[in-house]
Amino acid sequence: MSQAEVVTVGHGEHYEAPPFSIPSKKLVMWLFIISDAVTFGAMLYGYGYLRNASSNWPTPFKFSPSIVNVMVMTFVLITSSLTMLIGVRKAQAGDKEGSIKWTYITVLLGIVFAALHIREWASMIHEGVTLTHNPWGSGQFGAIFFSITGLHLTHVIGGVIALTVVALGYKRGRYKAADIEIWGLYWHFVDLVWMFVVPMVYLLNVEK
Amino acid sequence: MTGTMREESLKTDIIVYVIILVIAGLQVLIAYRGGTIGQHVIEFLSLAIIQAGLGVMFFMHLFQEKRSLMFALIPATVFVLLMMNVIWSDSFRLIQMKPWPN
Repeated sequence: MSQAEVVTVGHGEHYEAPPFSIPSKKLVMWLFIISDAVTFGAMLYGYGYLRNASSNWPTPFKFSPSIVNVMVMTFVLITSSLTMLIGVRKAQAGDKEGSIKWTYITVLLGIVFAALHIREWASMIHEGVTLTHNPWGSGQFGAIFFSITGLHLTHVIGGVIALTVVALGYKRGRYKAADIEIWGLYWHFVDLVWMFVVPMVYLLNVEK
Repeated sequence: MTGTMREESLKTDIIVYVIILVIAGLQVLIAYRGGTIGQHVIEFLSLAIIQAGLGVMFFMHLFQEKRSLMFALIPATVFVLLMMNVIWSDSFRLIQMKPWPN
Protein backbone atom coordinates (compact mmCIF):
# COMPACT_ATOMS: atom_id res chain seq x y z
CA MET A 1 0.00 0.00 0.00
CA SER A 2 1.48 3.32 -1.01
CA GLN A 3 1.62 6.39 1.21
CA ALA A 4 -0.90 8.08 -1.06
CA GLU A 5 -3.34 5.21 -0.64
CA VAL A 6 -2.94 5.38 3.15
CA VAL A 7 -3.80 9.08 3.01
CA THR A 8 -6.87 8.54 0.81
CA VAL A 9 -8.34 5.27 2.12
CA GLY A 10 -6.84 5.03 5.62
CA HIS A 11 -5.17 2.03 7.19
CA GLY A 12 -8.21 -0.22 6.94
CA GLU A 13 -7.68 -3.94 7.16
CA HIS A 14 -4.00 -3.69 6.20
CA TYR A 15 -3.05 -3.02 9.81
CA GLU A 16 -3.75 -5.18 12.82
CA ALA A 17 -6.20 -4.10 15.53
CA PRO A 18 -4.81 -2.24 18.56
CA PRO A 19 -3.27 -4.62 21.12
CA PHE A 20 -5.50 -5.55 24.09
CA SER A 21 -8.36 -3.66 22.37
CA ILE A 22 -7.33 -0.35 23.91
CA PRO A 23 -6.09 2.81 22.18
CA SER A 24 -2.32 2.95 21.64
CA LYS A 25 -2.03 6.08 23.82
CA LYS A 26 -3.61 4.23 26.72
CA LEU A 27 -1.31 1.25 26.26
CA VAL A 28 1.71 3.57 26.22
CA MET A 29 0.51 5.13 29.48
CA TRP A 30 0.12 1.68 31.07
CA LEU A 31 3.65 0.73 29.95
CA PHE A 32 4.99 3.99 31.36
CA ILE A 33 3.16 3.33 34.63
CA ILE A 34 4.63 -0.15 35.11
CA SER A 35 8.14 1.06 34.28
CA ASP A 36 7.68 3.94 36.73
CA ALA A 37 6.33 1.54 39.36
CA VAL A 38 9.55 -0.44 39.04
CA THR A 39 11.58 2.79 39.35
CA PHE A 40 9.82 3.67 42.61
CA GLY A 41 10.14 0.05 43.69
CA ALA A 42 13.91 0.21 43.17
CA MET A 43 14.10 3.47 45.15
CA LEU A 44 12.16 1.93 48.05
CA TYR A 45 14.30 -1.21 47.96
CA GLY A 46 17.41 1.00 48.02
CA TYR A 47 15.99 2.80 51.04
CA GLY A 48 15.23 -0.52 52.73
CA TYR A 49 18.77 -1.71 52.04
CA LEU A 50 20.32 1.38 53.66
CA ARG A 51 17.89 1.49 56.57
CA ASN A 52 18.46 -2.17 57.38
CA ALA A 53 22.25 -1.84 57.07
CA SER A 54 22.47 1.24 59.27
CA SER A 55 22.83 0.94 63.02
CA ASN A 56 21.76 4.52 63.76
CA TRP A 57 18.93 5.20 61.33
CA PRO A 58 17.05 8.28 62.58
CA THR A 59 13.36 8.21 63.53
CA PRO A 60 12.67 11.95 63.50
CA PHE A 61 9.00 12.25 62.55
CA LYS A 62 6.97 13.60 65.48
CA PHE A 63 3.19 13.10 65.47
CA SER A 64 2.76 16.85 65.29
CA PRO A 65 3.58 18.47 62.96
CA SER A 66 5.14 15.78 60.68
CA ILE A 67 2.66 12.88 60.80
CA VAL A 68 -0.37 15.20 61.01
CA ASN A 69 0.96 16.98 57.92
CA VAL A 70 1.44 13.65 56.12
CA MET A 71 -2.11 12.59 57.04
CA VAL A 72 -3.48 15.83 55.57
CA MET A 73 -1.35 15.35 52.43
CA THR A 74 -2.62 11.77 52.09
CA PHE A 75 -6.22 12.91 52.47
CA VAL A 76 -5.71 15.62 49.83
CA LEU A 77 -4.07 13.23 47.35
CA ILE A 78 -6.60 10.40 47.75
CA THR A 79 -9.42 12.95 47.44
CA SER A 80 -7.81 14.25 44.25
CA SER A 81 -8.02 10.71 42.85
CA LEU A 82 -11.76 10.73 43.52
CA THR A 83 -12.21 14.13 41.86
CA MET A 84 -10.16 12.89 38.88
CA LEU A 85 -12.41 9.86 38.66
CA ILE A 86 -15.50 12.10 38.60
CA GLY A 87 -13.83 14.21 35.87
CA VAL A 88 -13.17 11.08 33.77
CA ARG A 89 -16.76 9.85 34.22
CA LYS A 90 -18.10 13.26 33.19
CA ALA A 91 -15.86 13.21 30.09
CA GLN A 92 -17.06 9.72 29.18
CA ALA A 93 -20.68 10.88 29.57
CA GLY A 94 -20.01 13.78 27.19
CA ASP A 95 -20.27 16.46 29.90
CA LYS A 96 -17.32 18.55 28.79
CA GLU A 97 -17.89 21.44 31.19
CA GLY A 98 -18.26 19.11 34.17
CA SER A 99 -15.18 17.15 33.21
CA ILE A 100 -13.04 20.26 32.89
CA LYS A 101 -14.35 21.59 36.23
CA TRP A 102 -13.49 18.36 38.10
CA THR A 103 -10.10 18.13 36.38
CA TYR A 104 -9.30 21.66 37.57
CA ILE A 105 -10.38 20.70 41.11
CA THR A 106 -7.91 17.80 40.86
CA VAL A 107 -5.20 20.21 39.72
CA LEU A 108 -5.98 22.48 42.66
CA LEU A 109 -5.69 19.58 45.11
CA GLY A 110 -2.39 18.61 43.45
CA ILE A 111 -1.11 22.15 44.04
CA VAL A 112 -2.22 22.01 47.70
CA PHE A 113 -0.37 18.69 48.08
CA ALA A 114 2.80 20.11 46.50
CA ALA A 115 2.62 23.22 48.71
CA LEU A 116 2.27 21.10 51.88
CA HIS A 117 5.18 18.95 50.72
CA ILE A 118 7.44 21.92 50.03
CA ARG A 119 6.52 23.39 53.43
CA GLU A 120 7.55 20.11 55.06
CA TRP A 121 10.83 20.07 53.14
CA ALA A 122 11.54 23.67 54.23
CA SER A 123 10.90 22.72 57.84
CA MET A 124 13.26 19.72 57.62
CA ILE A 125 15.98 21.76 55.93
CA HIS A 126 15.53 24.35 58.70
CA GLU A 127 16.12 21.57 61.25
CA GLY A 128 19.45 20.83 59.58
CA VAL A 129 18.62 17.94 57.23
CA THR A 130 20.68 17.99 54.04
CA LEU A 131 21.55 15.32 51.48
CA THR A 132 24.58 14.28 53.53
CA HIS A 133 23.91 15.38 57.13
CA ASN A 134 21.21 15.49 59.76
CA PRO A 135 21.21 16.10 63.50
CA TRP A 136 19.92 12.64 64.45
CA GLY A 137 21.92 9.77 62.95
CA SER A 138 22.90 8.17 59.65
CA GLY A 139 23.84 10.83 57.12
CA GLN A 140 22.18 8.84 54.36
CA PHE A 141 18.72 9.60 55.76
CA GLY A 142 18.50 12.99 54.05
CA ALA A 143 19.67 11.64 50.69
CA ILE A 144 17.12 8.87 50.62
CA PHE A 145 14.30 10.98 52.08
CA PHE A 146 14.74 13.82 49.61
CA SER A 147 15.28 11.40 46.68
CA ILE A 148 12.11 9.38 47.21
CA THR A 149 9.80 12.22 48.22
CA GLY A 150 11.43 14.46 45.59
CA LEU A 151 10.79 11.95 42.82
CA HIS A 152 7.18 11.70 43.95
CA LEU A 153 6.82 15.48 44.19
CA THR A 154 8.22 15.76 40.65
CA HIS A 155 5.53 13.37 39.48
CA VAL A 156 2.83 15.43 41.22
CA ILE A 157 4.08 18.67 39.67
CA GLY A 158 4.34 16.95 36.26
CA GLY A 159 0.77 15.66 36.70
CA VAL A 160 -0.53 19.11 37.63
CA ILE A 161 1.03 20.57 34.48
CA ALA A 162 -0.14 17.71 32.25
CA LEU A 163 -3.72 17.79 33.56
CA THR A 164 -3.89 21.57 33.11
CA VAL A 165 -2.64 21.28 29.52
CA VAL A 166 -5.03 18.41 28.70
CA ALA A 167 -8.02 20.17 30.32
CA LEU A 168 -7.27 23.36 28.37
CA GLY A 169 -6.81 21.33 25.17
CA TYR A 170 -10.06 19.43 25.82
CA LYS A 171 -11.89 22.72 26.24
CA ARG A 172 -10.51 23.99 22.91
CA GLY A 173 -11.21 20.71 21.10
CA ARG A 174 -7.57 19.74 20.70
CA TYR A 175 -7.88 16.75 23.05
CA LYS A 176 -10.66 14.22 23.51
CA ALA A 177 -12.38 12.58 26.47
CA ALA A 178 -9.97 9.64 26.08
CA ASP A 179 -7.02 11.96 26.81
CA ILE A 180 -8.60 12.99 30.11
CA GLU A 181 -8.99 9.29 30.97
CA ILE A 182 -5.37 8.49 30.03
CA TRP A 183 -3.94 11.30 32.17
CA GLY A 184 -6.35 10.26 34.89
CA LEU A 185 -4.53 6.91 34.93
CA TYR A 186 -1.26 8.74 35.51
CA TRP A 187 -2.79 10.74 38.38
CA HIS A 188 -4.14 7.63 40.08
CA PHE A 189 -0.70 6.03 39.77
CA VAL A 190 0.91 9.01 41.54
CA ASP A 191 -1.66 8.50 44.29
CA LEU A 192 -0.86 4.77 44.54
CA VAL A 193 2.87 5.41 44.87
CA TRP A 194 2.18 7.73 47.82
CA MET A 195 0.41 4.84 49.56
CA PHE A 196 3.77 3.04 49.69
CA VAL A 197 5.90 6.12 50.41
CA VAL A 198 3.91 7.13 53.51
CA PRO A 199 4.26 3.90 55.52
CA MET A 200 7.78 3.07 54.38
CA VAL A 201 9.42 6.50 54.58
CA TYR A 202 7.36 8.27 57.26
CA LEU A 203 5.53 5.78 59.47
CA LEU A 204 8.52 3.45 59.89
CA ASN A 205 10.49 6.45 61.17
CA VAL A 206 8.12 7.97 63.70
CA GLU A 207 9.47 9.29 66.98
CA LYS A 208 7.90 7.29 69.84
CA MET B 1 -23.70 4.45 30.22
CA THR B 2 -27.11 5.31 31.67
CA GLY B 3 -27.68 7.77 34.50
CA THR B 4 -28.46 4.97 36.97
CA MET B 5 -25.29 3.08 36.02
CA ARG B 6 -23.26 6.26 36.47
CA GLU B 7 -24.74 6.80 39.94
CA GLU B 8 -23.94 3.17 40.83
CA SER B 9 -20.36 3.60 39.60
CA LEU B 10 -19.93 6.80 41.59
CA LYS B 11 -21.26 5.02 44.67
CA THR B 12 -18.66 2.27 44.20
CA ASP B 13 -15.93 4.89 43.69
CA ILE B 14 -16.86 6.63 46.94
CA ILE B 15 -16.92 3.33 48.86
CA VAL B 16 -13.44 2.45 47.53
CA TYR B 17 -12.23 5.98 48.37
CA VAL B 18 -13.45 5.63 51.97
CA ILE B 19 -11.85 2.16 52.33
CA ILE B 20 -8.51 3.52 51.08
CA LEU B 21 -8.72 6.43 53.56
CA VAL B 22 -9.58 4.07 56.43
CA ILE B 23 -6.59 1.86 55.57
CA ALA B 24 -4.35 4.96 55.54
CA GLY B 25 -5.64 5.82 59.03
CA LEU B 26 -5.06 2.26 60.18
CA GLN B 27 -1.43 2.48 59.08
CA VAL B 28 -0.92 5.49 61.36
CA LEU B 29 -2.41 3.57 64.31
CA ILE B 30 -0.11 0.61 63.58
CA ALA B 31 2.91 2.93 63.50
CA TYR B 32 2.31 3.87 67.16
CA ARG B 33 1.53 0.36 68.31
CA GLY B 34 4.33 -1.75 69.73
CA GLY B 35 6.13 -4.30 67.58
CA THR B 36 9.34 -4.91 65.73
CA ILE B 37 10.35 -3.12 62.54
CA GLY B 38 9.95 -6.41 60.67
CA GLN B 39 6.34 -6.77 61.83
CA HIS B 40 5.60 -3.18 60.91
CA VAL B 41 7.10 -3.59 57.44
CA ILE B 42 4.93 -6.65 56.76
CA GLU B 43 1.78 -4.94 58.08
CA PHE B 44 2.44 -1.70 56.20
CA LEU B 45 3.25 -3.47 52.95
CA SER B 46 0.19 -5.73 53.19
CA LEU B 47 -2.11 -2.75 53.72
CA ALA B 48 -0.39 -0.70 50.98
CA ILE B 49 -0.79 -3.60 48.55
CA ILE B 50 -4.52 -3.77 49.38
CA GLN B 51 -4.80 0.00 48.81
CA ALA B 52 -2.88 -0.22 45.53
CA GLY B 53 -4.95 -3.20 44.39
CA LEU B 54 -8.19 -1.30 45.06
CA GLY B 55 -6.80 1.74 43.23
CA VAL B 56 -5.65 -0.23 40.19
CA MET B 57 -8.88 -2.21 39.92
CA PHE B 58 -11.47 0.46 40.71
CA PHE B 59 -9.82 3.85 40.06
CA MET B 60 -7.70 2.83 37.07
CA HIS B 61 -10.32 0.32 35.89
CA LEU B 62 -7.82 -2.36 34.98
CA PHE B 63 -10.49 -4.86 36.01
CA GLN B 64 -12.74 -3.60 33.20
CA GLU B 65 -10.08 -3.89 30.48
CA LYS B 66 -9.42 -7.14 28.63
CA ARG B 67 -7.98 -9.75 30.98
CA SER B 68 -4.97 -10.14 28.65
CA LEU B 69 -3.88 -6.57 29.49
CA MET B 70 -3.92 -7.37 33.20
CA PHE B 71 -2.00 -10.62 32.62
CA ALA B 72 0.56 -8.79 30.47
CA LEU B 73 1.21 -6.03 33.02
CA ILE B 74 0.81 -7.31 36.55
CA PRO B 75 2.85 -10.57 36.64
CA ALA B 76 5.83 -8.96 34.89
CA THR B 77 5.85 -6.01 37.30
CA VAL B 78 5.47 -8.23 40.35
CA PHE B 79 8.24 -10.54 39.07
CA VAL B 80 10.70 -7.65 38.65
CA LEU B 81 9.84 -6.23 42.08
CA LEU B 82 10.24 -9.64 43.73
CA MET B 83 13.61 -10.18 42.05
CA MET B 84 14.89 -7.02 43.74
CA ASN B 85 14.77 -8.90 47.04
CA VAL B 86 18.17 -10.27 46.11
CA ILE B 87 19.73 -7.21 47.81
CA TRP B 88 18.76 -8.18 51.36
CA SER B 89 21.57 -10.66 51.99
CA ASP B 90 24.12 -7.92 51.33
CA SER B 91 22.18 -5.47 53.49
CA PHE B 92 22.28 -7.89 56.45
CA ARG B 93 25.98 -8.54 55.81
CA LEU B 94 26.65 -4.80 56.09
CA ILE B 95 24.92 -4.42 59.45
CA GLN B 96 26.95 -7.32 60.87
CA MET B 97 30.15 -6.16 59.12
CA LYS B 98 30.95 -9.63 57.90
CA PRO B 99 32.73 -9.52 54.56
CA TRP B 100 32.18 -12.36 52.15
CA PRO B 101 34.93 -15.05 52.17
CA ASN B 102 37.54 -14.62 49.45
